[in-house]
Amino acid sequence: MRGLPEMTEDTPQPPNEDLDSRLREARKRLGGEDDAPRHQRSQDMGTGIALAARIGTELVAAVAVAVGIGLLLDWWLETGPWFLITFIFLGAGAGMMNVYRVANRLGGTAGYRDQRPKRNGADPDGGEEK
Amino acid sequence: MAEGSSPLEQFVIRQWVPAEIGGVDVSFTNSAAFMVAAVVLASALMILSVRQRAMVPNRWQLLAELSYSFIAKMLSDTVGKEGRPYFPFVFTLFMFVLFGNFLGMLPYSFTFTSHLAVTFALAAFIFIAVTLIAVFKHGIKFFSFFLPHGVPIAMAPLLIPIEIISYLSRPVSLSVRLFANMMAGHTLLKVVAGFVVPLGIFGVVPVAGLVAVTALELLISFLQAYIFTILTCIYISDAVHLH
Repeated sequence: MRGLPEMTEDTPQPPNEDLDSRLREARKRLGGEDDAPRHQRSQDMGTGIALAARIGTELVAAVAVAVGIGLLLDWWLETGPWFLITFIFLGAGAGMMNVYRVANRLGGTAGYRDQRPKRNGADPDGGEEK
Repeated sequence: MAEGSSPLEQFVIRQWVPAEIGGVDVSFTNSAAFMVAAVVLASALMILSVRQRAMVPNRWQLLAELSYSFIAKMLSDTVGKEGRPYFPFVFTLFMFVLFGNFLGMLPYSFTFTSHLAVTFALAAFIFIAVTLIAVFKHGIKFFSFFLPHGVPIAMAPLLIPIEIISYLSRPVSLSVRLFANMMAGHTLLKVVAGFVVPLGIFGVVPVAGLVAVTALELLISFLQAYIFTILTCIYISDAVHLH
């Protein structure tokens, strides 16, 4: 949308080189606007509902995946219920970490962290689990 | 609604053109038909509406340009300019899911996004593609990110499995969210609609509810397509930037 407002001016058919120069200008702008924190901006644009709708499934999905891995390992190694039990707890931890990240907008994703400057030596995720 | 009393009747897959290749069922089903319809309609919208290339767009061209710039902005906001090569994929994905959701809102239609098989296939493809992009772009360094830096090494045996589970849960949560929302919403619509006729004159109450639920469903159709797409963008961003 950013490039569009200029197009609504009254001149019905501007000469081609005018359009070309404006296109070049727009492309330069698109390429140049890359420094601001990305995740933050996108999630601030009124997507609170979208954020809320994600949290529930993030919590459940991690437990489901962990139970699947646990059952698979037990079936493969024939080790009773032990992997299942271990992985249920790990999955609960992972689920909470997912929710923690989404809620904290640490990039909003599981598995990775983004490097926001406020992060110092202390590690909020690591302390969260146990 | 005429053909079945069960609210789940709408999710039944029907074979329109039965076919089988080498023992694998490749029938053309109602689900496949609606996927084709979604692709055709989305392509028609994009191709036909920008045909005139008017300086002052008419409504259809405006719709096409708005959806283009909506996704372009989403991609550049989440990924930055490194995300531009992925724009065609993200845009196609958004249009496909959006048209699937909206086509499902038509009476007597079939919602292919309400089937886990469809959404999980999409999510698994995204997950594998994004992982491959990350591995090719960053090589072995990719795996070091399952251990957040700054963590004492004693925590590693605990944190690495948690990070891996958390990473593997991405396609599950991505697909389950879309499928569950669509299925629950459509079931609710049919359940409320089922009250209308038996209640006789008091059927106006569920009809009023139905209007509200339909509006809500339209919102959810768009919202879920949006969430599916923006999460894809965020995953691509993670793969490209690896943090």
